[in-house]
Amino acid sequence: MALDRSDVEKIAHLARLQIDEQDIPEYTKNLSSILDLVDQMQAVDTSNVEPMANALDAVQRLRADVVTEENNRDKLQSVAPAVENGLFQVPKVIE
Amino acid sequence: MEWEAVIGLEIHAQLATNSKIFSGASTAFGAEPNTQACAVDLALPGTLPVFNEEALRMAVKFGLAIDANIGRTSVFDRKNYFYPDLPKGYQTSQLFFPIVGEGHVDITLEDGTTKRVGVTRAHLEEDAGKSLHDEFPGMTGIDLNRAGTPLLEIVSEPDMRSAEEAVAYVRKIHSIVTSLGICDGNMAEGSFRCDCNVSVRLKGEEEFGTRTETKNINSFRFIEKAIKGEIERQIDLIEDGGRVVQETRLYDANKNETRSMRSKEEANDYRYFPCPDLLPIVIDEDYIDVIRDNLPELPDARKARFIEEYTLSDYDAMVLSGDHHMATYFETVAKTAKDSKLAANWVMGELSKHLNQNDTTIADSPVSADQLGGLLVRIKDNTISGNIAKKVFEAMWSEGGTADEIIEAKGLKQVTDTGAIEKTVDEVIANCTKQVEQYTSAEPEKRGKMIGFFMGQVMKATGGKANPGAVTGILKKKLDALCD
Repeated sequence: MALDRSDVEKIAHLARLQIDEQDIPEYTKNLSSILDLVDQMQAVDTSNVEPMANALDAVQRLRADVVTEENNRDKLQSVAPAVENGLFQVPKVIE
Repeated sequence: MEWEAVIGLEIHAQLATNSKIFSGASTAFGAEPNTQACAVDLALPGTLPVFNEEALRMAVKFGLAIDANIGRTSVFDRKNYFYPDLPKGYQTSQLFFPIVGEGHVDITLEDGTTKRVGVTRAHLEEDAGKSLHDEFPGMTGIDLNRAGTPLLEIVSEPDMRSAEEAVAYVRKIHSIVTSLGICDGNMAEGSFRCDCNVSVRLKGEEEFGTRTETKNINSFRFIEKAIKGEIERQIDLIEDGGRVVQETRLYDANKNETRSMRSKEEANDYRYFPCPDLLPIVIDEDYIDVIRDNLPELPDARKARFIEEYTLSDYDAMVLSGDHHMATYFETVAKTAKDSKLAANWVMGELSKHLNQNDTTIADSPVSADQLGGLLVRIKDNTISGNIAKKVFEAMWSEGGTADEIIEAKGLKQVTDTGAIEKTVDEVIANCTKQVEQYTSAEPEKRGKMIGFFMGQVMKATGGKANPGAVTGILKKKLDALCD
């Protein structure tokens, strides 16, 4: 399956990745070849195989509903670029 | 042209767990910003989610309550999008294998008929944090306390045809989740939120029209208003030759209208895929059976019991059993007062009136069920009349205190002393010669109605404290004696 330039631009946008104009043909080629590999795998008959949600053959362990975390705000916010009144500050996201 | 609305709802119910769905941070409401957001909630590198067993149990309870298929194997998926209050860059949700599959609830319409509304699915997911846009110029403040709070998203079939039906459905779901104790149902705090998908089509048409999704509605009243407004807007738009655009809209309660939320809506592309950090959740029959055997009484069963046990009318039973808090409140009052009809009248009358006027809910009522029960006991034993009881209730509402304390402090005790009442009646008869003459000269069958005037005079003279039954008896006796 061949991707085109606009597909790559869209994927980059969805992932919030800034990519260089000149690299787009290379990305297009590489991503297309990954999809080619997927196509190749699709050719295998899996009609008798249960779909799997995880590569590990195990089920989810559950946690008791108990509060185990204390307030570590100061420590956790010490690595944040901007904090005000206990809130993380980010550039305004609505008009 | 006759139009028909098609409505489907997505309800987000916050599950009443102590800790978050994937971390051990507290879910308590109202804490200082970011004091309940741990490394997992902040999506710091190297952290991994561990699923909360109580969130699972609560979701299964809901599934059983709506007669749904329970997913024996359910899987968490990642819903990918960027927003600052979602630090991981994806919401952990369930798309392909939800914990609760197809189910249904029955709603009662205004004409008394019952309608079945399909529930497509209900799935577990985590809530996002909160963005505060207005506090700092040019910046958005992020509070991640809510991030990771467990949600059950309940998706209905597009089965509803009017705003009234939609509200009846939302009330029913609210009633079920609060009865199950899996959600506190507090809409003002956002524990129970509703998104409304609305479209219109010509009656008889098979195809659905283009729908809009209205978000951010946090009361039953606003749900009804928002849907009504949106239906009207769409019909006007089409009749004027326009076309409905598929978009997300916000309800503005102040203006009572919906408005478009995003100017250029890019088609959402969430790129769901199974979350590799979480393994499939597998539950067996024993697990489900234990939960089924321990389900509390559900709203429909409670309504039937109210009719049976308290001999309430169908309507009264529906209103009183519909809200979990109201049902519990009513039962406490009825048991204290030992009079279910009186309790029903007061809960649905005076109490509900005050709750509505003050825009509060029964869970936050300043008058407790014990207080109201105590008041009704004093009506029953003739300490006070129904009218005085309303005054006592007012005092209770604004100042607190038990009925006995208020009756005592305000000297409202009913006069049952026949001698004192007779004296007042004599005075009234002596002062109202004109009315007494009208009474005595009237046809005997018309006198019954005329006694009301004298009744009013006696009550006025005693400040409403005379026992109405005793007054009527004495008045009748004395007035009729004058007629002979």
